[in-house]
Amino acid sequence: MKRLALVLLLWTGTAQAVQPDEQLADPNLEARAREISQGLRCVVCQNQSIDDSDAPLARDLRVLLREQLSQGATDQQARDFLVARYGHFVLLKPPFEAATFALWLGPLAILLTGGAGVASYVRRRRAPGGPIALTADEQQRLDALLKGDKS
Amino acid sequence: MKRVIFILPVLVFAAVVIAFAGGLKRDPSQIPSALIDRPLPQFDLPGVSPASAGFATAEFRGEPKLLNVFASWCGACRQEHPFLMGLKDRGVLIYGLDWKDKPADGAAWLVEFGNPYTKTANDESGRTGIDLGVTGAPETFVIDRRGRVRYKQIGPINSEVWDGTIKPLMDKLRLES
Repeated sequence: MKRLALVLLLWTGTAQAVQPDEQLADPNLEARAREISQGLRCVVCQNQSIDDSDAPLARDLRVLLREQLSQGATDQQARDFLVARYGHFVLLKPPFEAATFALWLGPLAILLTGGAGVASYVRRRRAPGGPIALTADEQQRLDALLKGDKS
Repeated sequence: MKRVIFILPVLVFAAVVIAFAGGLKRDPSQIPSALIDRPLPQFDLPGVSPASAGFATAEFRGEPKLLNVFASWCGACRQEHPFLMGLKDRGVLIYGLDWKDKPADGAAWLVEFGNPYTKTANDESGRTGIDLGVTGAPETFVIDRRGRVRYKQIGPINSEVWDGTIKPLMDKLRLES
């Protein structure tokens, strides 16, 4: 009994949204379908891919995607098929285009600007170059202090 | 010059805060339609009962029309329904797309609450809905005289949406050739 409980406890695989009846017989095509659908956003529950989502519409899109692949569409054609209907929004990874330049290049631009700022600050602090020598008067006072003379 | 460099990060930060504050007000469930200014996709669908004809894409020629996506299982459609009845009384041409719904359920819904649609078509498989980029019901497309999608309303039409957006757009579209 205890052993059974342990087995059941350990046997908590992740729940699958993709149902057996949706899957393609060809394991090769099915693998491609899984990979593509992991990069497509469910338009109902937006932070899930259609591969993860239990929403009926996500199921419809999975079936449609598999239909496209079965008809000989390339991965890109299958993706474009959905992009034509739902826009770039369905891609979990946004494409590199004019509207997303800020998104892709922004972090790099901020890093470079900040780096340049830090570099110029550091350089300026070091700028005068080397310690300044003490004047004769200062040297005399220092010697006196070091000798322990309190005068 | 030096002062500008010191103030610059503050200004950039303020700009980012303003941009993000604006972003917070946008509703993430409102996915922009990929169909705007493009022709309505091709479809030819049956009606909700054997007695009633459905409609096809060719129907959207001549006058600006509304294409309303609804379903008998959709709560927000029930909420939107009285407003659509009011629009029908004012002569607005509304075409109903009974989406992911059994035809008989859609037909029963129209009998029970009243039928605001000029024509009703059934899309039980939801394929036409996908071609239209439908993400849920209700959604309403504004179609111009040449059969192009000009606007998509996600969620129920109410007087605010109608008076503020859809009616002015329909009036404008009526003047187009």
